[in-house]
Amino acid sequence: MECIFTNTEWFLNWGRKSSIWYLLFASACCGIELMQTGGPRTDVDRFGAVPRATPRQSDLLIVAGTITYKMAERVRLLYEQMAEPRYVIAMGSCANCGGLFQGSYSVVKGVDKIIPVDLYIPGCAPRPEALADALIKLQERMMKEKYLRTVGASA
Amino acid sequence: MSEFEFGFVSVLVFLSLAFLFVFGVLVAGRFVRPRRPSREKASVYECGERPIGKAWFNFNPRFYIIALVFLIFDVEIAFTFPVATVFSAWVKAGKAALVYSELALFVGILLVGLAYVWRKGDLDWLKKLDHDA
Repeated sequence: MECIFTNTEWFLNWGRKSSIWYLLFASACCGIELMQTGGPRTDVDRFGAVPRATPRQSDLLIVAGTITYKMAERVRLLYEQMAEPRYVIAMGSCANCGGLFQGSYSVVKGVDKIIPVDLYIPGCAPRPEALADALIKLQERMMKEKYLRTVGASA
Repeated sequence: MSEFEFGFVSVLVFLSLAFLFVFGVLVAGRFVRPRRPSREKASVYECGERPIGKAWFNFNPRFYIIALVFLIFDVEIAFTFPVATVFSAWVKAGKAALVYSELALFVGILLVGLAYVWRKGDLDWLKKLDHDA
C-alpha cells in the first residue's frame, strides 16, 4: 500500500514539477529579468515552465519587483485567485524585504507580509540564472512533497 | 467479416479510446486535485483589480452610431481621393461629364444616408428615449 502511495505521489509530483506554469505578472524592473528568463538564453520552457495570462491556470506566482501598498491588495487577490497547489517565489530584494525602497512610505517591506512565500531569490535584480535556479529548487521541493497525504488531502 | 467492416472496427476502437481517455483523465483529476473554493477564487479575474458591479448591464451606444456614420464617410473619402488624382486624365479623354456624374451619384447616395441619420436624430449626442418623446 505504501509502495502504491509513494509511486503515485512520485508520478503526480513529476507531472506537477514538469509543468510549473507561472503567472504573467511583474511589478518592477525584476520583470525585465523575468522576461529574459523566459527567453531563449535561459529558456525555462525546457523545464515546462511557461507563462500563463490568468491565475486560474497558474501554479506559481513570481513576485518580480517592488510591491507598493496600493499594489499589495492586487497581489493578494491574484494569489487568492490561483488554484491550489500554488507556490510563490519572491524575486529580488524588493520582494524579499523592500530592498532599496525599504525606507519608503509606500513600499511593502517584503511580500511575505501579505502572502506566504516558498522561495526567496536575493539580488537587485537577480540574473535569469538565479531565477532558473529557483525554479529547479522549487521542482526539488515539489518532488519531496507527499502530495496525496498533504496537498491533495482535501480532494 | 469483410475487410471494410474490420477497418471500421479499428476506427471504432480508436474513437472509444479517445472518448474514454478524455473522461478518464477528467475523472482522475477530479479525485486527485484539491478542491478549496473561496469567494476570491470565484470572483472575476480583472488583472488583480476587484470588479465593480456586474458585467451584464446596459451601456450607452451613442459611440457606436457616431463611429458607424464616421466610418461610412471615412470610406467615402478613401474612395474619392483616387478619383480626384485621375480626374484630369479623364477630362483630357473627354469623359468629364460621365466621371463627374458617377462621383456625384456616389456622394449623393451617401448624402441621402446622412440626411436620413440626421432626420432620425442619431447625430444628436443627447438623446431621448422613444417613450419620452
